[in-house]
Amino acid sequence: MTQPRKAVALISGGLDSMLAARVIQNQGIHVEGLNFYTGFCVEGHTHAIRAKDQRAQKRNNALWAAKQLGIKLHIIDVVEPYKDVLLNPKHGYGANMNPCLDCKGLMVGQAMAWMQENEFDFIITGEVIGQRPMSQGREKMPVVSRESGAGELLLRPLCAQLLPPTLPEKNGWVDRDKLLAFNGRSRKPQIALAAEFGFDDYAQPAGGCCFLTDERYSAKLKDLWQGRGKRDYELDDIMLLKVGRHIRPRPHFKLIIGREEGENNFLEGYRRQFTHLRPISHEGPLVLVDGETTPEELHLAAQVTARFSQGRDASEVTIAIHERQGNSYQLSVTPLEANSIPADWYI
Amino acid sequence: MTTHEKLDVRGQLCPIPVIRTQNKVKTLASGDTLEIICTDPGALNDIPAWCEVHGHRLIDAKQAHNEIVITIEVVR
Ligand code: SF4
Repeated sequence: MTQPRKAVALISGGLDSMLAARVIQNQGIHVEGLNFYTGFCVEGHTHAIRAKDQRAQKRNNALWAAKQLGIKLHIIDVVEPYKDVLLNPKHGYGANMNPCLDCKGLMVGQAMAWMQENEFDFIITGEVIGQRPMSQGREKMPVVSRESGAGELLLRPLCAQLLPPTLPEKNGWVDRDKLLAFNGRSRKPQIALAAEFGFDDYAQPAGGCCFLTDERYSAKLKDLWQGRGKRDYELDDIMLLKVGRHIRPRPHFKLIIGREEGENNFLEGYRRQFTHLRPISHEGPLVLVDGETTPEELHLAAQVTARFSQGRDASEVTIAIHERQGNSYQLSVTPLEANSIPADWYI
Repeated sequence: MTTHEKLDVRGQLCPIPVIRTQNKVKTLASGDTLEIICTDPGALNDIPAWCEVHGHRLIDAKQAHNEIVITIEVVR
């Protein structure tokens, strides 16, 4: 008996990639999934940091999808190669800081390398022509195939009938007649197919698969670069952008203020890397200082910290300050008045 | 002879604990056990789900205070 052909599927955790994988499984092809971690991914439990959200269901959508499909899922860390995609996207950004077309090129390129290393035959994605204007326009499809190096080995089962035949179709590994011709922004065909396949519990991310499609998050990222005077980041930087209230009192430093217990606990993990403040006379947040400050500016940071503590209406709040260099001391300050924090300090 | 290894991913948010587990398991043989210590409660769902899709065996998963300890057995 001949071995079945093998396809590697890009699994985002959304419905489309699940459907594409099942369409191909139904043709007797062995499918395994790849999911890429860029550092910006929105997980079902990204908000697990916040204590109040910890009761909400926390699951990784890609793993959940793989479980339903009965396929192996390999999660690939692309944090390093993704930096170049985000910092210098050849095809620019979408509505926010999302470089979707370059991102797709990177992911399919990585899938290509994985496919060769693991002796798989072709790659599938859940892309649908016209679903997302920036990265899934008809004219964009060949760009990803070409720039990723996958060429004719990249098959999009959900819209394959609207595209030129790929190698798996030409070679008879898959039957083109059983592939689909989905097109446009309507979700109805996907929802009908999901019902046919018996998928009744799937993620429907509103914006996209990552924080870069989020306007607020994108603003924080641009602010980070502006504040540092250079476009660059480490994983810790982008994790911290997901947490807390970010306030920039001066161009060269900002404060990251825990909004509740879960965030304070998360910020605790970064204590050693940052000068940090914490009220001790009253309950209140842990505050990290990102940037260099003068003693006067640290005094201002203490007043902001006091403002967000239970002592906001007290005449004086004592704040413990731990400088990154190791000095620790206390300051008693008057909390800033609410109207003394200009709106444009909030990032 | 099988080995028992530990992986400390405290402070890391999912999916990093899963990625580190996956990479560690690649270096282990069938029958070896791995104890993962982490703090993200998401791991309580994700690591068992990862084991299930790869056919590894979940031996134990427990949460005490803010720490989670998950033990798995590698099955090939
Ligand atoms: S939304 Fe984010 S992860 Fe998805 S394709 Fe665009 S840049 Fe990539």
